[in-house]
Amino acid sequence: MMDIDTLMTTLGGQKFFEGLEPEQMVVLASTAEEVEYGTGVEIFDEGGHADAAYLILEGGVALELDVSHRAHHIVQTLHEGEVLGWGWLFPPHRWSFGARTLEPTRVVRFDAVQLRAAWEADCGLGYEMMKRFAEVMTSRLKATRLQLVDFYGNTH
Amino acid sequence: MATLIEPAVIDQMTPIPFKVRSVREELSHTFTLELEPPNGDFTFEPGQFTMVYAFGIGEVPISISSSATREATLLQTIRRTGAVTHALGTLKSGDYVGIRGPYGRPWPMKEAKGRDLLIIGGGIGLAPLRPAIYHAMENRDDYERVVVLYGTRTPDDILFETELRRWGDRTDITTLITVDAADRGWYGAVGVVTRLIGRVGFDPSNATALVCGPEIMMTVTAERLMEGYSMKPQSIYVTMERNMKCGIGVCGHCQFGSKFICTDGAVFSFDEVGHLFDIKGV
Repeated sequence: MMDIDTLMTTLGGQKFFEGLEPEQMVVLASTAEEVEYGTGVEIFDEGGHADAAYLILEGGVALELDVSHRAHHIVQTLHEGEVLGWGWLFPPHRWSFGARTLEPTRVVRFDAVQLRAAWEADCGLGYEMMKRFAEVMTSRLKATRLQLVDFYGNTH
Repeated sequence: MATLIEPAVIDQMTPIPFKVRSVREELSHTFTLELEPPNGDFTFEPGQFTMVYAFGIGEVPISISSSATREATLLQTIRRTGAVTHALGTLKSGDYVGIRGPYGRPWPMKEAKGRDLLIIGGGIGLAPLRPAIYHAMENRDDYERVVVLYGTRTPDDILFETELRRWGDRTDITTLITVDAADRGWYGAVGVVTRLIGRVGFDPSNATALVCGPEIMMTVTAERLMEGYSMKPQSIYVTMERNMKCGIGVCGHCQFGSKFICTDGAVFSFDEVGHLFDIKGV
């Protein structure tokens, strides 16, 4: 397991955590660990208990939807520097999609129970992180809407 | 006898027969014609188009998809969408088509020298960009970072896939592909093409973007580059298609606001045409 200083350095290099105070970084890093996965590994299952948040340091992850009687449909892929999963934020804390690695992938895994508790205890930190997650959600929602438009259905 | 039409215009409206050397099926609805110029010589710049005439059927504007310097033949990549393109798709080696051109303003390859080159294609929009990509690779020292981003519908719709994979193996350019939808078994990216922009390094203050694809794709890409990376609209170029007929700015069929696509474009900087994308019916 990585020590907290190394984790803080790792997180400090990530755009998602840019501008946070050192003491806030300590709180976040104390809930985190670095994890590595091989290719094709299920990080979490659709419908499963959402007990962690992830930040991808290296590699790629497919968000998948299991459509009945059909193959798993990839909804979106996430890559280096992107956060993975927000099902842990809201009850009932279930994953809406499954997550599977596309290649060897390194992530920081944050314990959801500890993270929620830390944000409740420090509302300033909680509010700041919620704003950051809301921005990610908005951006992903917009991207998904554009995917639904089917740009290329009538290309010239 | 006096005539209303200048002889020079008549010359430009006369198609020259080009022999079909080969027809290559690229995708289920897309094919590439390899054409031999009659005297073995045809010069053009990346981004230009020709009017391709299927004898007895009609004429359509088609972007050139070959290298401007490397090949003696002319490649035109065409999607079957109407009577003319379907007729062109039935041609065989040894048949003839009529060609007029090349026409239109090319990609700003000279103006982009010394800058990062961000080439973003969607669907069949990769075809008009390919000559620019070849140019950048053939003149690699003229540019800083060269980035090719390509988005399409599904893994089965990837145009020039073998070539894209080959470019992806090069260390002097960055090539990323994404699709809008895929099933397990696809190990590439899934998502809109604009999501690839954040995965590549480039200097927005010294970059030129060449964007080609459906209008909505070009619009959201330009907006992303301007809003997310503070790129100036003058540094973002798009290529437009409208109902071109004459190709030489005479008939007015391709009027787009105050511009004629055929002579003022088809390549425009986004500051020239961006405002027109929001006007319904233009």
